[in-house]
Amino acid sequence: MASAAVAGGRSVNQAITKPPQSLWVDAWHRLSRNKAAMFGLALILLFFFLAIFGPMLAPHDPLKINSGKGFLPPAWMPAAWVSTNNVGDPQFFLGTDSIGRDVFSRLIYGARVSMVVAIIPTIFITFFGILIGIVAGFFGGTADNLLMRFTDIVYSFPDILFFVVVMFALRDTPIGDWGNGLILLFGALALVNWVGVARVVRGSTLSIKEKEFVEAARSIGTSDRNIMQKHILPNILSPIIIITAFAVPRLIIAEAVLGYLGLGLRPGTSSKEFFVTSWGSMLLEGQTAINAQPWMLLAPAIAVALVVMGFTFFGDGLRDALDPRMRGAG
Amino acid sequence: MGRYLVKRSVTLLFVLLGVSLLVFGFVRLIPGDPAVVMLGERATPENIARVRTQLGLDKPIYEQYLIFIANALRGDLGTSVLRQEPVTQEVIRRFPATIELAFGAMIIATLLGVPLGILSAVKRNSWFDASSMVFALTGVSMPVFWLGLMLIFLFAVMLHWLPSGARLDANAQYEPITNFILLDSLLQGNLTLFAQGLRHLILPAIALATIPMAIIARMTRSSMLEVLNQDYIRTARAKGLRERKVILSHALRNALLPVITVVGLQVGILLSGAILTETVFSWPGIGRWLVDAIYARDYPIIQGVTLFIAIIFVVINLVVDVLYTVVDPRVRLE
Repeated sequence: MASAAVAGGRSVNQAITKPPQSLWVDAWHRLSRNKAAMFGLALILLFFFLAIFGPMLAPHDPLKINSGKGFLPPAWMPAAWVSTNNVGDPQFFLGTDSIGRDVFSRLIYGARVSMVVAIIPTIFITFFGILIGIVAGFFGGTADNLLMRFTDIVYSFPDILFFVVVMFALRDTPIGDWGNGLILLFGALALVNWVGVARVVRGSTLSIKEKEFVEAARSIGTSDRNIMQKHILPNILSPIIIITAFAVPRLIIAEAVLGYLGLGLRPGTSSKEFFVTSWGSMLLEGQTAINAQPWMLLAPAIAVALVVMGFTFFGDGLRDALDPRMRGAG
Repeated sequence: MGRYLVKRSVTLLFVLLGVSLLVFGFVRLIPGDPAVVMLGERATPENIARVRTQLGLDKPIYEQYLIFIANALRGDLGTSVLRQEPVTQEVIRRFPATIELAFGAMIIATLLGVPLGILSAVKRNSWFDASSMVFALTGVSMPVFWLGLMLIFLFAVMLHWLPSGARLDANAQYEPITNFILLDSLLQGNLTLFAQGLRHLILPAIALATIPMAIIARMTRSSMLEVLNQDYIRTARAKGLRERKVILSHALRNALLPVITVVGLQVGILLSGAILTETVFSWPGIGRWLVDAIYARDYPIIQGVTLFIAIIFVVINLVVDVLYTVVDPRVRLE
C-alpha cells in the first residue's frame, strides 16, 4: 500500500554501516511507517481503552431508564430529526433510546463485547489452528487427510448458517447460560475459524519441513516434538500472525451479526455486570427506531465500522511488514 | 476429468451427510420437548401428541434421521408445524426472490468491479488507484447487514429516494407466474410493476453486491497488472496500436480468466449474504424465512431450509470448480 517505496529507500552507505536487524525490528520499522496501519492501531487501542475503562468514561448508567426522556436526539440537534417535539439535551451526547437510556454510555459498554471477542476466540483459534496444522503438515498421512476433509466440509458450508444453528440450538441449554452466553458464543466462533489458521499452518509446515536445517536437526536425533517447536514454528510465525490479524475483524463481525439477529449473548441486567449490551443488539434496536432516533442506529454502526476498519488496516500493514513479497496481493 | 468428478461428488456426498447430521443433531439438542416448545405450555395433550407424531418424535432417534434423509432424497423437506405448509413447496415459492436478489447483486458487482479494477491497473499508483483500492479494502471488510442498514438510513429514511424493504409496495397488484417479479412483470407487459420491482431491488442488491464487487475489483486489478507486463503488450504498443485497443482487446481478454473464476466463487458468498440482506430489507426469500422460522421455533423449516441452502452452496462450488477447468485448460485437476 502506501509504504511501498519505504523499504528500498535506504542508501548503500547506510545499509553497510547499519547493524543487522532481526526480522521483528525490521518489520516494526516498516509497520510504523505505514500510515494506514498506524491509524488502524490507534483505533484498536482507543476501543480497548473504552472497553477497559468503560464504567469510568460513561457519563450515565447504561441501563438507567430516564422516564419522559425517550428518543431524545443527540445533544447538537436543536430540534428533532423527524417530527417529534423532543430537543437534544447536552446531558445525553448521542441522545437516548425508546426508554430514555443514554446511547453514548451504552455504546461505550458495548465496546467490551467486541473487544473480548477480538481476544479470547482469537487465542483459541490460533492455539488449536497451530497445533492441528503443524501436526497434520509434519506427519502427513491419516491426520492430514482427516484435517483436509474436515476443512473441505467447513469451507463448503456458509459459516453464518452454522453460527445461527448452533446458537439457536444451544442457547437455552445450561451451556448457553455460562457467562451470559459468552462461552457458547466463543465456542461457536472458534469451532469454525480455527480451520483457516490450521490450513495456513499446514501449508507453511509442508514447505519448511523439506528444508535442510530440519533434515540436519533430524539427523542429530532431535525429537519430532522439538523439531516442530524449535525449528518449524519460529519459521512460520509470519503467516500465522497475518492470518490471525485478518481473523479478528471476521470474529467481531460474526458477533455483531448474531447480536443483530437476536442470537448473541444475553445482556446482563445490572450495570455491575461486565456485559450490558453489544453493538449488534444496539443495531437491532436502532433499526426499529430508525425514524424516531437515528443515532440509536448510527452510533453502533459507526463504532462497528471503525473497529473493523482498524483491524483490517492494521492487518494489511502487518502483512506488508512481515512479508514484503505479499505486498498488495490478496 | 471423469475421475476428478467422481472424487468431488463423493466428497460432496460426505459433506451433505455431515451437514444433514449437523442440522438434524442440533435441532434435537434443543432442550425440552419440541412439541411443547412450539405449541406453548398451554397446548392440549392431543395437540402435543399430534405434533409429536407429525415430527416423528415418538420414534427412536436413528429412525427419525433415516426418515428425514429418505424424505429429503425424495424432495420432501417436511411440513411447517405452525402453518402446516410443505417446506419444499414454500422453498420453491420463495427461492425466486432470493435468486432475483443475488442475480441483481451479481450484475452490479461485475459491472462496477471490472471497470474499477481495469482503471486502477491502467492508472497504477495514481490517486484513483489508491482511493479505489482503499474503497475495495473497506468494502471487503464491512459486513453486509451493516451496509444494508446504512443504505436504508441514507436513501430511504433521509432522502426518501427508494423504498426501505420488501419486493413491492404494500398495495401492489401482482399475479405471480414464476415468482420472479421482474420477469413476470415483463411477461405481463406491466412496466409500472417492473419499475416498482426494480426500485425495491436496488438497495438490497447494492448492499449484497459490495463485498463481491470489492473482491472482483481487486482481482481484476492484479490480473491486469500481470498481463500489462507481458511482452505481447509491448509488441502491440510498438505496432502503434491505440492504448485503448491495447487495453481492451489485448490485455483485458487475457486478464479476464481469473476474474471469471472469482465471479463464480462469489455465488456462494451471495447466498450466505442473502440470509442477512433479506433480514435487513424484509425481503421475502428463503433467508428471511429461515430467520423467521428460528424466532418461531418451527423446526421442520429450520431443518429443511438449512439443508437446502447447504446443498445449493456445495453444488455451486462444484460447478464453479469444474467450469474453471473448462475456461482455463492450464488448470490441472487431480
